[in-house]
Amino acid sequence: MKETPLSNCEKRFLLRAIEERKRLDGRQSYDYRNVRVSFGTDYGCCVVELGKTRVLGQVSCELVAPKPNRATEGILFFNLELSPMASPAFELGRQSELLVKLNRLLERCLRNSKCIDTESLCVVAGEKVWQIRVDLHLLNHDGNIIDAASIAAIVALCHFRRPDISVQGEEITVYTPEERDPVPLSIHHMPICVSFAFFKQGTYLLVDPSEREERVMDGLLVIAMNKHHEICTIQSSGGIMLLKDQVLRCSKITGVKVAEITELIQKALENDRKVRKEGGKCGFAESIPNQKITAFKMERAPVDANDVEEQAEEIIMKADPPLDVFAKPILWTPGTAQIGEGVENSWGELEESERGEEEDDDNDPDTLEDPKMEMEDVSIVSKTKKDDTIVLSDSEEEEVVILKPEKVPKKTRTPTSSKQENSSKKVSNKKRKKKRVSY
Amino acid sequence: MAASGLSAEVDVGQVVLPGDVLLLPAAPNADGERLRLGPSSAPRGRLLCGPGLRRCAAGLLVTKCGLLRHRPPAGAGTGGGAYWVDSQQKRYVPVKGDPIIGIVTAKAGDIFKVDVGGSEQASLSYLAFEGATKRNRPNVQVGDLVYGQFIVANKDMEPEMVCIDSSGRANGMGIIGHEGLLFKVSLGLIRKLLAPNCEIIQELGQLYPFEIVLGMNGRIWVKAKTVQQTLIVANILEACEHMTSEQRKQALAKLSES
Repeated sequence: MKETPLSNCEKRFLLRAIEERKRLDGRQSYDYRNVRVSFGTDYGCCVVELGKTRVLGQVSCELVAPKPNRATEGILFFNLELSPMASPAFELGRQSELLVKLNRLLERCLRNSKCIDTESLCVVAGEKVWQIRVDLHLLNHDGNIIDAASIAAIVALCHFRRPDISVQGEEITVYTPEERDPVPLSIHHMPICVSFAFFKQGTYLLVDPSEREERVMDGLLVIAMNKHHEICTIQSSGGIMLLKDQVLRCSKITGVKVAEITELIQKALENDRKVRKEGGKCGFAESIPNQKITAFKMERAPVDANDVEEQAEEIIMKADPPLDVFAKPILWTPGTAQIGEGVENSWGELEESERGEEEDDDNDPDTLEDPKMEMEDVSIVSKTKKDDTIVLSDSEEEEVVILKPEKVPKKTRTPTSSKQENSSKKVSNKKRKKKRVSY
Repeated sequence: MAASGLSAEVDVGQVVLPGDVLLLPAAPNADGERLRLGPSSAPRGRLLCGPGLRRCAAGLLVTKCGLLRHRPPAGAGTGGGAYWVDSQQKRYVPVKGDPIIGIVTAKAGDIFKVDVGGSEQASLSYLAFEGATKRNRPNVQVGDLVYGQFIVANKDMEPEMVCIDSSGRANGMGIIGHEGLLFKVSLGLIRKLLAPNCEIIQELGQLYPFEIVLGMNGRIWVKAKTVQQTLIVANILEACEHMTSEQRKQALAKLSES
């Protein structure tokens, strides 16, 4: 799909508004949009939202052979992708100028500034080093991709944990996350890009341009800085002439903005660390809010309350007396217990071992996995003890089982009985599933 | 699910999904609100099948997901009124007769190519303006906004639009002025704003005087006296989508104080 062209009317209005120091969304000239950082369940996965611009960052690592002329350094690889999901102007597969420019800028900002200690990524000099790969995907384009992408990259790198390794002579052992806690990367500083858009040959300046402002701007200045006020990268594009004091002013503004954003990032990382330590739920499902159009709408469902008492009395009369409640559990083996006896099964004759399984199945469905597995092991063991020949497959296939359709106790047509039939069907489905598991 | 249709009653005002078949009542009820399961028979009077619904053998086939709406017949007794599905969408599909705001992208001899937000650009002949003749061409530049309606819009052909009505008069259509702001909203909001006696427009009108043009393709053009007022009106209209009427009244009250 082609991008919507910008009409003359919009262009004129935007320039007029900028002359009067007004922006479309009500910000001031030096204001940033809201930055939101949310993390996924994996280490190294994050989504950064700068207003409506969204970037997804994912960091992964791999053990590879190092480059021959840098035998003791790890390898860093950055990749930003623009997909048609972000904007109809982007075509998949085509290397557009914008994509090349953004990728180059990101590389200069993150690689040349040496924010990550590549020496610490070396495992065996000359043979094995870590290759860290940062993949950034633009999910929505509403202006200022480079800022959002640089924040996403550095947040993902700070959040990422690589597997722990130990080297003994020639042997390298890579531990899984269960064996040893994964190790964070060693990051010296956090460079963040800040963009400035210039209008009317450099007369007016806006920080964090939105998509429409980007379309009418004359030129763009990007400054990458860390919180220690060290400039990592400066790039000016669009061919505008900038004065010395303009650039100095921009760098001062950058210092202030970077300090704010770095603080926000630290807070987000800290929150995520706390949540993970406490074992709470983390991940996108928790942190990204639901955006619903009908968020305010509440349906009032009418409830027919006529004749409720008569209906209730009918149901109670026709219902069975409640079953005796067995409060005491019977302990079969350590770790396996049975509470109650369950309902009568309607499947007809079955073998003893399967019946034993079923009775346990009819217990409350919230039993843990381990007792169930133990129970199945016990049943298989008991089978082999009884039979002379070892039965390797499920008995269903070897013997013919004739199912006698037993009478279901109730065949009344009140609504409650259908519920009971459904529940018995559910229970029988559960039984079927359990049989298959016990292969 | 039964092969023939829904096995439950579907009330007007409930959510329906594409593929649902709505069977029409054999005998219309007093209020005509319910569509019941039952052997279908030809409804009495003319039943209007609106957007999101299609006639099929059994009754009405739902093609869009949304809320089912019904308008009782205007006359007394006969007629089944109109049924349609209120759905939410941002992507516009050209429909014949819709008034829309387009952006002129190219001039190609006798016609202008206009972007209307659909999959193809619409064509607009230079003679389709009020008072335009071969000698007296309209002053349309690339990048101008035009307000017109579709005369041809189907999925197999490039849509065509004109800026005059059937009697040759402009009737409000034509080139939109050079000031003002254009922005995009969802199609559902446009339909809400175009409804007769829309509260939002009336309340905003009490705040500041402004000109507004609503295009069914989701585009709105607004112009007020100052840039600040135009921006306020534009932001309120965009936010109206997600605000309830109380929140909107509060926001407007705050604005009228300051």
